[in-house]
Amino acid sequence: MSMLLEVDGVSVTFDGFRAINNLSINFAKAELRAIIGPNGAGKTTFMDIVTGKTKPDEGKVIWGDRNVSLLGMSESQIAREGIGRKFQKPTVFEAQTVRQNLAMALKTKRGPFAVLTHRKTVENGTRIEEVAEQVGLTEQLTRTAGELSHGQKQWLEIGMLLAQDPRLMLVDEPAAGMTPEEREKTTDILREAAKTRAVVVVEHDMEFVRRLECKVTVLHEGSVLAEGSLDQVTSNQTVIDVYLGRGHA
Amino acid sequence: MKKTFIGQNPSVMWFLLALAVFTLAVTLLSEATGIGIISTSFVKTLGKTLCLCLVAVAMDVVWGYCGILSLGHFAFFGIGGYAIGMWLMYARTESIVLESLVGQPIPPTPQEISDAIGNQIFGVVGSSEFPAIWAFADSLVLQLLMIVLVPGLLALIFGWLAFRSRVTGVYLSILTQAMTLALALYLFQNDSGLRGNNGLSGLQNIPGFENTSQAWVSVIFFWASALALAAGYLFFAWVVSGKMGSVVKGIRDNEARVRFLGYHVESYKLFIFTITAIVAAIAGALYYPQAGIINPGEITPIASIYLAVWVAIGGRGRLYGAVIGAAFVSLLSSWFTGGGAPDIPLGFYTIQWTDWWLVLLGVSFVAVTLFFPKGIGGLFDYLVRKPS
Ligand SMILES: Nc1ncnc2c1ncn2[C@@H]1O[C@H](COP(=O)(O)OP(=O)(O)OP(=O)(O)O)[C@@H](O)[C@H]1O
Ligand SMILES: [Mg+2]
Repeated sequence: MSMLLEVDGVSVTFDGFRAINNLSINFAKAELRAIIGPNGAGKTTFMDIVTGKTKPDEGKVIWGDRNVSLLGMSESQIAREGIGRKFQKPTVFEAQTVRQNLAMALKTKRGPFAVLTHRKTVENGTRIEEVAEQVGLTEQLTRTAGELSHGQKQWLEIGMLLAQDPRLMLVDEPAAGMTPEEREKTTDILREAAKTRAVVVVEHDMEFVRRLECKVTVLHEGSVLAEGSLDQVTSNQTVIDVYLGRGHA
Repeated sequence: MKKTFIGQNPSVMWFLLALAVFTLAVTLLSEATGIGIISTSFVKTLGKTLCLCLVAVAMDVVWGYCGILSLGHFAFFGIGGYAIGMWLMYARTESIVLESLVGQPIPPTPQEISDAIGNQIFGVVGSSEFPAIWAFADSLVLQLLMIVLVPGLLALIFGWLAFRSRVTGVYLSILTQAMTLALALYLFQNDSGLRGNNGLSGLQNIPGFENTSQAWVSVIFFWASALALAAGYLFFAWVVSGKMGSVVKGIRDNEARVRFLGYHVESYKLFIFTITAIVAAIAGALYYPQAGIINPGEITPIASIYLAVWVAIGGRGRLYGAVIGAAFVSLLSSWFTGGGAPDIPLGFYTIQWTDWWLVLLGVSFVAVTLFFPKGIGGLFDYLVRKPS
């Protein structure tokens, strides 16, 4: 089976510091993957590269059935290709309502003239309500996003990701600020989503990762240190040394 | 659940209603109807004020809604004024020249007529040749088209270059200042083809209205200005509502995030920048016939800064705020600088408002920015409690 995303030999240097070092990592069309690694391992930077925010110094990023390179594309083009992202720090449009946030994310035409003449449809309305239901924000639809709690903003951003209906979801630390029940619900949503698409989750919380029951990739100093089930990687001596040994968990 | 556009935006309806009542009241009280409580010159001032409100609304859309602090939108306003001014001046001079040539034994050739008009218009800058940019000046239709096309194209090219290279924030503001400064400096030159620092004058004489009193001409322009403001307000209220409004406000608050949702931010900025430039030009085209004269001083960088000050004081991010700010500050400004405000003798020093008005304005601007970021328009939030 050909891969959905192939990252091959990618490196990025910030002011002489190699944040990503000859990184190669692949994702299948429908899979759930957890990426773990100590602070500064390059997890977020990896997402920045895939989504076009950061341009790598070298390497290849190949996408989809047509095997196109993402490197020449702008952020918005990449997003339209079907790559959605949730940020480490929840970023929603605080001045707008939850419904408006979701409506903006909804998979519809993105051009200015299509947007200008856009009309609300019943299907879109239903879709927004479905997503809101899924992330438990039905009651909050008319509220301003800025008034939401940190956890609710996390949910909203996950909802926006679902509304976008991307082929690849990059989810950066979704569980931060959530209660244990909420974490459980998040894992359910992510596992469900991964049945039809690729979902990549960066998370520090090991319990959370365990519940995802998926392949785990350990990043360290900008490259893959180990890959396998959570039990495999956590019993790997090198991983223990560089990661668990330093007291992160 | 489905409501009409006006139903969803009650402030639009209230604004249009207020504008209609105001227009009617001014008309009835003007010299045109014979009542004359409002003088013709004050009708002109009010008509001009409506044009300033329109350009302020455009400024609010580009800055308050889209987050692009353009400090060059008054350049577009000026271009609109020049575009209509060229036709006004040409047509009027032509009729004067033709009149003076009546009764000559040999009918003048078209070349002689053209030379005579050229002499009249460009004599002040020591020329009689028509520059290429006057090619369409004899046609009202074409010149009206120029009001839209020239600023539209300029905004499109400027915006494309700036937004494509992701110039934002203060750098973009500086760039827009440079644009309006460059344009002003160019127009100040005698060989710019637009009469250098003399500018275009006599614009209050509208060809075809020679037999209409200035009282009526002023009312007609006042109506045209009110109509343009109403149309522009409605148009922009529609643009910034709904999904377009969401995306545009999203760009203002976090443009990177909008990109990651798949929207091509630069196209949206370009769209907003260009349509607001065109509306600014239309406002200018209505303003300068009422002012009677336009010269390059009108589009120096400070004019665009004032525009931003009006919008900030009125309250950005709400269209009526821009209208209030522009009307309030510009009328107050002409009151203070026109000697309307009494001087304040302090014994050791006399505050003369003609000198001190700018200081007052500057202090107000700083105060509003620091203490009332929502501006005067923000007061409406206390009047209207949103059901939550
Ligand atoms: N724009 C940038 N400029 C300079 N250095 C950067 C930049 N972005 C990231 N870095 C550096 O690159 C390294 C990797 O950062 P990254 O954010 O990818 O780590 P991370 O694995 O996501 O860590 P965390 O778990 O703390 O989120 C860090 O040392 C960081 O300081
Ligand atoms: Mg990170």
